[in-house]
Amino acid sequence: MTEQPPAVVSASKLGLTFQTNDGPVQALSNVDLTIGKGEFVSFIGPSGCGKTTLLRVIADLEKATAGAISVNGMTPEQAREKRAYGYVFQAAALFPWRTIERNVALPLEIIGLSQVEQAERIKRTMELVNLSGFEKKYPWQLSGGMQQRASIARALAFDADLLLMDEPFGALDEIVRDHLNEQLLDLWARTNKTICFVTHSIPEAVYLSTRIVVMSPRPGRVTDIIESTLPRERPLDIRETPEFLAIAARVRDGLRAGHSYDD
Amino acid sequence: MDTFRSKIIPVTSILAGVVVLWYVFAVILNAPFQRDLDARAKETPGAVEFIGKTLAQPKPTLPAPHQVAVNFFENTFLRSVTSNRSLVYNAWVTLSSTLLGFAFGTALGIVIAVGIVHVATLDRSLMPWIIASQTIPILAVAPMIIVVLAAIGITGLIPKALISTYLSFFPVAVGMVKGLRSPEIMHLDLMHTYNASASQTFWKLRVPASVPFLFTSMKVAVAASLVGAIVGELPTGAVAGIGAKLLAGAYYSQTIDIWSALVAGSVVAALLVMVVGIAGRLVDRAMGGRPA
Repeated sequence: MTEQPPAVVSASKLGLTFQTNDGPVQALSNVDLTIGKGEFVSFIGPSGCGKTTLLRVIADLEKATAGAISVNGMTPEQAREKRAYGYVFQAAALFPWRTIERNVALPLEIIGLSQVEQAERIKRTMELVNLSGFEKKYPWQLSGGMQQRASIARALAFDADLLLMDEPFGALDEIVRDHLNEQLLDLWARTNKTICFVTHSIPEAVYLSTRIVVMSPRPGRVTDIIESTLPRERPLDIRETPEFLAIAARVRDGLRAGHSYDD
Repeated sequence: MDTFRSKIIPVTSILAGVVVLWYVFAVILNAPFQRDLDARAKETPGAVEFIGKTLAQPKPTLPAPHQVAVNFFENTFLRSVTSNRSLVYNAWVTLSSTLLGFAFGTALGIVIAVGIVHVATLDRSLMPWIIASQTIPILAVAPMIIVVLAAIGITGLIPKALISTYLSFFPVAVGMVKGLRSPEIMHLDLMHTYNASASQTFWKLRVPASVPFLFTSMKVAVAASLVGAIVGELPTGAVAGIGAKLLAGAYYSQTIDIWSALVAGSVVAALLVMVVGIAGRLVDRAMGGRPA
């Protein structure tokens, strides 16, 4: 396949077992996955399938208990210490006491950039997510979609090549979500970043991705990996084409094969 | 207009109710003594005259509101502020030790909270003692503090302020522990993804998140500080201060003086809580708080 080294993320036989009061829970089991530079990979599956957990393992927010994983050829911890990725959470998670531009500046302050450099990066990322003009606003003054865009700007601010997104548009209505999906593709095309994107929406996964990883629960595992045959240039109405529908059907079959809906 | 309807009318109605009840009880409580006086003087006043006399005794069991009001007015506005009978002078004496104790208490409370949040051992060892400290009656502790400190030559403002500190550090410590632990998991995860140091997480996330908690607990603490300062004046035979006025009034059965000192104390308490509240709102505004 198209696996040019070096891989951005590479996992083999990856497993994670949480120790809970009700005994061990296997959140991830035997995950084999390689993500190359510039890919847009979606993780899709029902709740409890470990898609978010997998993303958190890549981000070093959880530690794997079995198998091996590397991020940019390093352990996830080393990669995190080198600030190898930007992370976008399910909610915007902006600090309410900071203006939008100060929120975007937060990671830049932490890595210790000069004021001049901060201002330049803020300007660039705010333009990238179409939020120019809202720099001085506080988060509560923005709509949910704009807040999430601000959080994407924050994740992009320190210019990591890898963007990890955990259901970033899950809480938004469909019209806003379509709009943001379009903008995200545009941003991906312009920046050539590698994006890992967790979602539970089939159309969203098919529309955005170059590769779709279908997962199923109990234990969380990968049941299918689907290469998208869609072109990189994707207008919103590509979702009406037979090609798009065929991929969506395959994703749906994959989800069903994982026995994910039989409880 | 809205605040007028939603706040002023209900508050004044309650106040009017309290004043009416107060008059009723003043008549009832002062009546037996007045009856004795009249019997001795062999007078038989009519009902209206009798009620009038119960409300005009020089040392009533319960002074009437207007007696307290007149006394309060005279001792606040008609006396030179340097006179030791002036309520302004006495309130200032109490206020100065309140403020000093409040400053100590707030600082101590914050330091304790930071320790508890960052050092697991302190979390387990310190908290029970802090809670226990507040179960000891302050009236029992206050004289000992004054006496012990006087024995080593510390008198005046500091001992009283320390009693205020003792009462005011507690709400601040408890509130700040809660405040410093208030950031959401997602915000902490975010700082983790940036590989932020513990001190960066503290200054950029925990401290700003704790500010609303700080002001809420400071409102409780400042009122407790005032109580501490007044209690500190009681056992020492302090010559000035609201506590000293209360004590002197009790010695000489000057009930009207006691009540007007009480009113002075309440006014000071209300002003202190208001000032802290306004400061809290200004800080909230500066931190991008959503206008209510």
